[in-house]
Amino acid sequence: MLRRHLLGAAAIGTLARPALLRAQEGPIRIGLMAPLTGVVASGGREMVDDFNWYLSQRNNEIAGRKVEVMVEDDGSNPDTALQKARRLVEQGRAGLLFGNLLANTGLAVANYVKGTGTPYFIPIIAADDLTQRGRIKNVVRVAGYSASQTTRPLADWALKQGYRKIATVSQDYAFGHEQCGGLAQTFTEGGGQIAAQFWHPINTADFSPYLGQLANSGVDAIFTMQTGADGTRFIQQYASFGLKGQIPLLGSMNATDQSVIRTMGPEVEGIVTAAHFAEGSDNPTVQAFVRGHVARFGTIPSLYGFSMYSGAMWVAEALEKINGRTDDPNLLIDTVLKTDLVGSPLGRAVRLDDLGNPIYDIQIRKVVRNAEGKFWNAPMASYPEVSQFWKYDQATYLRQPPYSRNFQGIRR
Amino acid sequence: MPRAGPSLPRLGVALGVLLFAALPLVLPTYQVSVATRILVFSLLAVSIDVLAGYTGRTPLGHGAIFGVSTYVTIYWVTVAGGSPWAGMALGVLAATGLAAVFALLAVRTSGVYFLLLTLALGMVVWGVCLRWSTVTGGENGLRGSVRPAALASQVSFYYAVLALVLAATFLVWRLVRSPFGLTLRGIRDSESRMRALGYNVPLHLFIAFTLSGMAAGVAGAAYALFNEFVSPTTVSLAQSVQGLLMAIVGGVGTLFGGFIGAAAIIVLENTVSFYTERWQTVMGLMFVLLMIFAPEGVIGRGLALLRRRR
Repeated sequence: MLRRHLLGAAAIGTLARPALLRAQEGPIRIGLMAPLTGVVASGGREMVDDFNWYLSQRNNEIAGRKVEVMVEDDGSNPDTALQKARRLVEQGRAGLLFGNLLANTGLAVANYVKGTGTPYFIPIIAADDLTQRGRIKNVVRVAGYSASQTTRPLADWALKQGYRKIATVSQDYAFGHEQCGGLAQTFTEGGGQIAAQFWHPINTADFSPYLGQLANSGVDAIFTMQTGADGTRFIQQYASFGLKGQIPLLGSMNATDQSVIRTMGPEVEGIVTAAHFAEGSDNPTVQAFVRGHVARFGTIPSLYGFSMYSGAMWVAEALEKINGRTDDPNLLIDTVLKTDLVGSPLGRAVRLDDLGNPIYDIQIRKVVRNAEGKFWNAPMASYPEVSQFWKYDQATYLRQPPYSRNFQGIRR
Repeated sequence: MPRAGPSLPRLGVALGVLLFAALPLVLPTYQVSVATRILVFSLLAVSIDVLAGYTGRTPLGHGAIFGVSTYVTIYWVTVAGGSPWAGMALGVLAATGLAAVFALLAVRTSGVYFLLLTLALGMVVWGVCLRWSTVTGGENGLRGSVRPAALASQVSFYYAVLALVLAATFLVWRLVRSPFGLTLRGIRDSESRMRALGYNVPLHLFIAFTLSGMAAGVAGAAYALFNEFVSPTTVSLAQSVQGLLMAIVGGVGTLFGGFIGAAAIIVLENTVSFYTERWQTVMGLMFVLLMIFAPEGVIGRGLALLRRRR
């Protein structure tokens, strides 16, 4: 890798000069971590592609300085992620870190940067507490979301459809607990009832035990929280059990993400989910982004791609304001927190709350077939200005425990 | 190794110790943390070698024993609010206790049954760590600041780990060279003959397994301070397999081979992954080649060559 050697030589040359001068020169070094191997590798690939796509649109330059992206594979493994983060910061001298997909990898890296102060941006990691009870100032969720943020409007929408009794089926880990928790709390506080909650291990091949019970449970709707291959399998089996068309299916945004449904058929049609991004929106900015993505990669963008693209844009805009300085982590973090994301593929401006989590207009989306015959998520209702605290008082909300299998915030 | 002649292996060990001691003087901080990692996993490989190399029973559950110690140490410091030293002691204690339980169940088996039984026990531990989320944090694991202030700097921590790992390895080395260690080799070579000679074979295996688990526990406790984070991947099968691979690469039955194996695998992992995301393919190829051309491991091969020369 000749490029790295050259960079190394350049870095040694700059060491001799005063710190201030050094800060203004040389490339902006970004450490990008994504799971390029392991269980979520396809999502990881898309993270890197869209991140680089955004930077290539600005000729890999921010504030007149070159951007060097060092890509590392976190192997879908938190120990590997931690080791890679150490290397990027201590050996690669990355001024900021970006990425990771799985919550446990993000939490491991967040714990590390808590000690080093390195700015760490997490467009994909949704673990609630990273911008709530366990907030770390230099960890900012640019263009990301906290897990329970988007399922609360979905619960509100479900109540408005007249659903009074629903059951949930979810992967049994923190991300699932939090997404179900947001839904269950808002739904029961609005007078609804959670009839049953099923938790299944990640990588469940056969959902028939759950589907059998659900078919006879007499619920008005079913909510499922799924990611990756579990999403594909659940939706297929839901249809082949004959439940599709019988009981309405609501889902977490990942369940009908493009990364899941782009390989699927009519069994996905009609599933309702809630997210900040809807690739089927008729907003011209959204459609320009979708067309650009299709032209470049041949696929409709997933949430992974959208989030990394927008996250890169968010930080780049902040860096423009401070001439690309990454030598002062606090300056960068404060600038990012004060920067509103204007030109993103969302087609509307987004700002961060004071804990570093974005406030979005949440779309209630339905999977429909588009003009080319492909399935995508089209918005049918919108909840403006939804923060991670929904309609609760922030301080009161933070006093309740984090969602878990045992605490779902259900009011009886 | 005692049988391979007195001077050369000792010289090798002395050189190795000197090399490890000198590393922080020449390496930048990140590489020092890689070296710390190598030391921790060397001890895990050494502990596995006690069973795989000296009793002829290959365990696939040592990752779990190692990880339980890490869990206990981190839990003690971050959740219970105790001191890291007490946490490490408790971690080692927990690992030793767990190893004793594993040993009770596993010592009457050998060969592939021993392998499968330890694998299953390790999976049980993994399942518990994954599902008992109120205590273990589930998939997200436990994290926090665990390292005592005195060892905050990378270099001072490295030397502390070096001292700990060398001391533990020395004790294990004494163990396998002691008359007790000889009975283990006897069991490996002919269990029925040892029985006929009046040795209590299961008891000897039980003690060997428990002490080996204790060494793995020491490594796990050091890992807790190094990583300051633990999740189910630390107790997973992959961890047990990695430890075993390190022992095999270095040379099963050579004890110090663990250091070579851990260094080879971790350095390779770190350098290859810098150049290609297909680094796991490169690692896999390396293992295949090693198993074809040097199935006795790096040290084993070296010793064999030395013997042939004489």
